[in-house]
Amino acid sequence: MLLGRTANGLYWMNRYIERAENMARLVDAGLRMALTRTQSASEEWNSVLLSAGSDATFSQKYSDYTAANVADFLLRDTSNPSSTMSSIETARNNARMVRTALTRETWESINEAWMSLKRMLARPIDERDLPTVLDAIKRETALIRGSFYGTMLRNEIFDFSQLGTYVERADNTARILDVKYYVLLPSISWVGSTLDNYQWESILRSVSAHRSYRWVYDADYKPANIADYLILNVRMPRSLTFCYRFLSEHLKFLGDDYGERHACHATADKTQAMLRAGSIKDIFDAGLHEFLASFIRDNTKLGDEIAQDYRFN
Amino acid sequence: MRLAAFDEMLPEVSGLRRPYSAYDRWLKEQDPARLTEKMQDAERVFRKTGITFAVYGEQEASERLIPFDIVPRIISGNEWRRLTQGIEQRVQALNAFLDDIYHRQEILRAGRVPRELIARNEAFLPEMIGVRPPAGVYTHIIGVDIVRISEDEFYVLEDNARTPSGVSYMLENRETMMQLFPELFQKIKVRPVENYPQLLRQSLAAVRPQSTKGAPTIAVLTPGSFNSAYFEHAFLADQMGVQLVEGQDLRVVDGHVAMRTTEGYKQIDVLYRRVDDSFLDPLTFRPDSALGIPGIMDVYRAGNITIANAPGTGIADDKAIYSYMPEIIEFYTGRKAILGNIPTWRCSEPDSLKYVLEHIDELVIKEVHGSGGYGMLVGPAATKKECETFAKKLAAKPSNYIAQPTLALSTCPILTEKGLAPRHVDLRPYVLVSDRIQIVPGGLTRVALKEGSLVVNSSQGGGTKDTWVLDD
Repeated sequence: MLLGRTANGLYWMNRYIERAENMARLVDAGLRMALTRTQSASEEWNSVLLSAGSDATFSQKYSDYTAANVADFLLRDTSNPSSTMSSIETARNNARMVRTALTRETWESINEAWMSLKRMLARPIDERDLPTVLDAIKRETALIRGSFYGTMLRNEIFDFSQLGTYVERADNTARILDVKYYVLLPSISWVGSTLDNYQWESILRSVSAHRSYRWVYDADYKPANIADYLILNVRMPRSLTFCYRFLSEHLKFLGDDYGERHACHATADKTQAMLRAGSIKDIFDAGLHEFLASFIRDNTKLGDEIAQDYRFN
Repeated sequence: MRLAAFDEMLPEVSGLRRPYSAYDRWLKEQDPARLTEKMQDAERVFRKTGITFAVYGEQEASERLIPFDIVPRIISGNEWRRLTQGIEQRVQALNAFLDDIYHRQEILRAGRVPRELIARNEAFLPEMIGVRPPAGVYTHIIGVDIVRISEDEFYVLEDNARTPSGVSYMLENRETMMQLFPELFQKIKVRPVENYPQLLRQSLAAVRPQSTKGAPTIAVLTPGSFNSAYFEHAFLADQMGVQLVEGQDLRVVDGHVAMRTTEGYKQIDVLYRRVDDSFLDPLTFRPDSALGIPGIMDVYRAGNITIANAPGTGIADDKAIYSYMPEIIEFYTGRKAILGNIPTWRCSEPDSLKYVLEHIDELVIKEVHGSGGYGMLVGPAATKKECETFAKKLAAKPSNYIAQPTLALSTCPILTEKGLAPRHVDLRPYVLVSDRIQIVPGGLTRVALKEGSLVVNSSQGGGTKDTWVLDD
């Protein structure tokens, strides 16, 4: 038994930690693209913003899609509620609120991440320092994750935290795919152009999977394999199937602990079953964009149901 | 301003005092550079764990650390025994006074405390008249502020019978000292304070409502994470292993207070509240309060929840009542107060007011209802102009003020860049009341870090020290 407010705090704390890191990863992938392809860099930054779900708010403030503007907006701008700085701040506020539910190690790692990123992101980032800053963000969130997994009891507190992590992660991966779905559509030729290759690598890079892809598939990038990896692979920690495997599992633990199943259980199980039974060919046949759009909708619905069923709101 | 103060470690007359002898030997062996390093370590530890407090009215530094000094304040076993006897007596009297004031009011009938002091006092809650709290305890957790002025003279400066704070610093200070100087604790036998949270939990469980079946559910009620003492609220809930709740988590369900959980509403039996009386129940007190629980007072009157401390305990620690404490102690315990009061002029009395106005530059003048060192004047430290301005405020509303002589509070050394230097200190031991009275050996030593300053409040540049009671 937890306070509804505590469950809510844990859930959002973890969504925001995940988000803080995802923003850094998106900027990282964008930076890479911009470095390798100077001609249409602004297009790439635009799709980075689309993946971050921040395009509309960005264009209210800026007219140029430059590395400096996008990095500033996604990493340190506190008027952007999803920026890394805002996310870490929100995560820490939630952690403060649910402090009694966290181990000392977990709380301290979040508090230290907040202190060090606040210091680092206090002033505009010099472009030369951007790689260092991105590394630091990933390292801080990795430290949080390490303390969390290493010290937290596997009880309902852990379950609600994980629900936040995986709902956010599934949303993020699906958005990255959806923004670039057109470069993944099967084309007549099996071998992509150089341009396509960069696009594909960028997708993998934004989920930190450009190396592990090669361990699982061929050295060559193939759109069907990339989509398969990010959507259906059970072992890839940022794939949709992986996220839903754990969402279902943690919801099942909660259901067993409390002796009660809710609407969210049915929704998660349904999505998981669909992912398990599906093949990438079926998905492409039915339309990749349509599949992703409906996935994102269902994932949002799951988040709402969890909040309702466990009295978050 | 410089007062000839009694130094608890190195009094000018007699040299090193005994309680400090083992510590002094250790200190002399230390490399000063290493000590400075340790001081910085301490600050890092505090910032990392997020032991911060909010300062009202300072937007910029919304989270600050209370400075910590690494020289312990040491009290001998004998001194402590004497203090605890006085504190126990005082706490008994406080609870007896509260019970009386909300029932038969015999002390008023006997003329020992003036009736109008109660009737016109905002801290007196008419809603509590005739209400008997579970186990008959009104003030469960008390912080008694004590000052020392010589080898044998201890005085009570203030009783905190509402929601005394600072106990988390007592615990964290000890934790930090043990981390920084483990070898010291092997050399010197210091009585432990670590079990305070367990004692608090047992104490709260012991005063549960009679109707409670099985083990009581206890919760700490906080105004929220933006409150200045939030760290402490979370810390205590955590250490006790109970829920930390806010008003929005609670409501009255079937005649009980219940919290909204992931499995629906769950009954609470004992609420350790860190929310002021006036915010507790918008139906009974301030209607605009979003921090409280509508209807909790009805549940309380029906005897279905313990609220610690009980509503209305403020009438016992009000500064106007304070001056009557010697009479109150004698009235209920039949004995003279073991721990003295500081002589106090009540400005509501014309003779006293006249005296205070004439001697304003010698006195400490406090607001009757103020706390945290706000709204007070330390005459000898104030400029002529400050005294004049304050005199006008005082003359306009005399009943709002009391005055006390400026005492030469004892000093204890702190570590500065130039080595040890004396600074004024006070002491707040924490007392738990249930079917018994328990005092954890130690307390919070607050220290005025500015040379010569007598104001120890953290909001006014005060710091803290670990407080050792020797097991000798």
